[in-house]
Amino acid sequence: MLGTYFTFPELLIWIPFITGLIAFFMNSKGVKTFAIISSLATLAVSIISLFYIDVAHHPEFYYYNNVSYVWMPYIGSSFSVGLDGMGYLLTFLTSLAFPLILLVTDKKDRNNSSSFIGLLLLSQAGMMGVFVATDALLFYFFWELALIPVYFLSSKWGGEKKIQATFKFFVYTFFGSLLMLVGIIYVYMHTPSLSQDSAHSFYINAFYNTLLSPKEQNWLFWLFFIAFAVKIPLFPFHTWQPSLYEQSNYPSTIAMSSVMVKMGLFGLIRWLLPIFPAAVAKHDHFIMALCIFGLLYASCIALYQNDLKRFVAWTSIAHLGLIAAAIFSSNSLGLQGVMLEMLNHGINILGLWVIVDIIEKKTGVRKISELSGLAGKSPALAAFLLIIALANIALPLTNSFISEFLMLNGIFDFNKWYAAFACLGVILSAVYMLSMVQKTFFGKTNQVAESAGKMSTGQYIVLCAVVAGILFLGIYPEPVIHLTQSTVTQILSRVPLK
Amino acid sequence: MNAIILSALWGVVMMFGGVFFKKSTTPKYWAIAGIIIILAGNLLEFFGYPFFNVDTKGMLHFDAFGLVFNSVAFISTLIFFLLNGKDFEKIGMHVSEYFCLLFFVLCGLSILSSFNTLLMLFLGIEILSIPLYILTGSEKRNLKGNEASLKYFLMGAFSTGLMLMGIALIYGGNSLGSFYIDAINLGTGHLSVLIGVGLVLILVAMAFKVSAAPFHFWAPDVYDGAPAVITSFMMTIAKVAAFVAFFRLFSTSFGSMHYQWQTLIVIITAATLLIGNVTAVFQISVKRMLAYSSISHAGFMMFTLFALNDNAKEGLLIYTAAYCLATIGIFAVIIKMSDYSIEGFNGLARRQPLLAITSVIFLLSLTGIPLTAGFTAKFYVLMAAVKDGHQLWLVIFAVICAAISAIYYLRVIQAIYFKEPVQGVNENIQVSSSFEWMLTITAGLIILLGIMPGLVIDWLYY
Repeated sequence: MLGTYFTFPELLIWIPFITGLIAFFMNSKGVKTFAIISSLATLAVSIISLFYIDVAHHPEFYYYNNVSYVWMPYIGSSFSVGLDGMGYLLTFLTSLAFPLILLVTDKKDRNNSSSFIGLLLLSQAGMMGVFVATDALLFYFFWELALIPVYFLSSKWGGEKKIQATFKFFVYTFFGSLLMLVGIIYVYMHTPSLSQDSAHSFYINAFYNTLLSPKEQNWLFWLFFIAFAVKIPLFPFHTWQPSLYEQSNYPSTIAMSSVMVKMGLFGLIRWLLPIFPAAVAKHDHFIMALCIFGLLYASCIALYQNDLKRFVAWTSIAHLGLIAAAIFSSNSLGLQGVMLEMLNHGINILGLWVIVDIIEKKTGVRKISELSGLAGKSPALAAFLLIIALANIALPLTNSFISEFLMLNGIFDFNKWYAAFACLGVILSAVYMLSMVQKTFFGKTNQVAESAGKMSTGQYIVLCAVVAGILFLGIYPEPVIHLTQSTVTQILSRVPLK
Repeated sequence: MNAIILSALWGVVMMFGGVFFKKSTTPKYWAIAGIIIILAGNLLEFFGYPFFNVDTKGMLHFDAFGLVFNSVAFISTLIFFLLNGKDFEKIGMHVSEYFCLLFFVLCGLSILSSFNTLLMLFLGIEILSIPLYILTGSEKRNLKGNEASLKYFLMGAFSTGLMLMGIALIYGGNSLGSFYIDAINLGTGHLSVLIGVGLVLILVAMAFKVSAAPFHFWAPDVYDGAPAVITSFMMTIAKVAAFVAFFRLFSTSFGSMHYQWQTLIVIITAATLLIGNVTAVFQISVKRMLAYSSISHAGFMMFTLFALNDNAKEGLLIYTAAYCLATIGIFAVIIKMSDYSIEGFNGLARRQPLLAITSVIFLLSLTGIPLTAGFTAKFYVLMAAVKDGHQLWLVIFAVICAAISAIYYLRVIQAIYFKEPVQGVNENIQVSSSFEWMLTITAGLIILLGIMPGLVIDWLYY
């Protein structure tokens, strides 16, 4: 079968990579269809791979589809990729998000250019690589490579200040990842050898089995943490995000906020918690306080945002603060909630961006104060928005309810005061979300809203898919929980119990 | 030995050839032929076929590291000649002489990669430097060039004096009374006053040659003032040659008392990184910006001296290849332009798509983005420093500086891709298709080395 000749993780990288390169040389007419086919192929691979898991009978943590090629044997690095439960989840999210992103990409977004599509596919390949890499150096490679296409995408297509905003983003993340590189090299120098060719190894299990003193862990922790915190972004490393999301074009904004930020969360779970457990135990209160403060801070700012793009950006920071806090609660409920929420947040934020995109394209306005009564003109859009907004608030029957419930539960088990403040954040999310919906969609239909017309088929499909996802995961999240259970147990087995 | 003799001979051939060559393009082909011959000779020696059996009384020692380094330098020179051989005509009429001087520089380089006594080190440094003083001022009517040349010469002569003093002190200070660098190592267990002073003097002189702070003041003016073609060569091949000598001397002679002088290297490295990177941010001219960036790369290469272990050796080699290729590449593009300012790059993507994409690869390599040779190079030198285990703050400081370097390299990339072209600035850049091919090959090599650094490093253990 498919899995025998090429393993799934390889296919997930190579399909978008190769088609992305081809896309640069295609003419701008057929390229979108081509890219959609490519991303659907990736999605198909991702779905087929889900049938090859045997979670119950697989004692190994890493990996169900492991493969490793010789790359740089003299320093103990290999091209090793594999998927575990979390890897499956996030590659699935990536392969699900990109067809949707491509569907809502229209000629206006990309200025009729085929390199836009090519870069988008390359960024997909980079993100896939991050989620499947089981070699620290390879992980770093993909971590940086995912950044480059996005840098070009956002600098070339977008608002007036796009160049500065993207520049800030690049320097921030580059700074963070270089710190992580030092950390990787340091841990590597202390790893046990796995082969005769080299004294040390970059393989993930070697990293996990490295003995580091608490003192070493303490400062290494920060090197890794800053890299991930910039990417997520966590308060106080978040300042690049609102301006970038505001200035960038919609497709790359969606790719960043729906998938790319998960790279940071993923990094925390796979490369930080299990490698520096002592440091995590030492710093968790501080980080948790930081995350919760970030959540409340971002929620308060979202309350007063007038620009829809900035509004969504701040809601995203708020949600990610909550997710990060749940990661550092280091218990199985919290982590299980995080797994689920990573998928849910990806779906919900995608839907939110698509709606903002539609509003701006139809009316030419994205100021909340200038919009009023859109529901009267396009009731379908209003219905979609309402469902997505409710999912963001985490109402029962929507996907976020279960995940946020689990995460809050986890935080509560960690410390009930943090949980109390986190719940305040959830309440605030209801306030800002509903007031946004109310201001823009209800009330009297004004002149601006009159110009809103019908949605295109592509937009319909995307929003229907998003809503279907929200409802399905809201009613039946069991498959996701089942999928990621083993990862959660394995990660927690490396974290000392309180 | 092959490389030393052949390059000296070919220098003489080029010098006399100037009389006989009728067309101004002829010297270029002779130079390319010459560098191929030298490269072939060097490779043959590497595989065990030396042409000349000169008894040097052990004053030269040809080991794998030196020969591999030579090959890397010669390949870089070959690429440089193929890319910019034609542009020597822009400097002046005596094209053949410029090439002749470059071959003498290569002769000095081959001595520096294989010297075994302090005398040979001195000879090599002088053979390397004197042609460079002349080349810096080769554009006779350019006042800036003349100033640069004079400045370079005066400061270079001064540093040579310091070096001689240092050599004398070390000669007198070691118990064997020897110039041989391996003997000096045996002779010193602890740092006596004479040896200590001598070491510091040599350190200062070598730091001057590699433009490490605080002895870097000549570098921006000289690199900016010299003709762009010469700058490209000076900044890359001549500089890494000095680095190899630096490394060779300090690892062999003073390696055993490494931790007694490491602090000095730490200070120099930190200062070089800081000054190079921070000053480069404020430059308007790309040529001058690259001059400062070359100082910052010197800072990274200083890490090899900081660590002095196997990784450092590999790191120096791969850094040489990565840095030379990327800088020669980006300079090849700059040389084709008439305006060196960052605005001159505006909209290059629209005017010359191929130049644009290759420039971006060169710049990303200099920044140190994975998949390019620049990343592997930085990775190796940082790995060497971490392996050494001392002063880890310096490594973190270095990566912060590397993040700063992204600011100025990205500014050029922004100009190339995201800015509208300026009317009347660099409007007609003429490039031949062979130039474009060569540029593509150079960029390809950078990516190849970024994926497989073993292509260079493996030769060390051949």
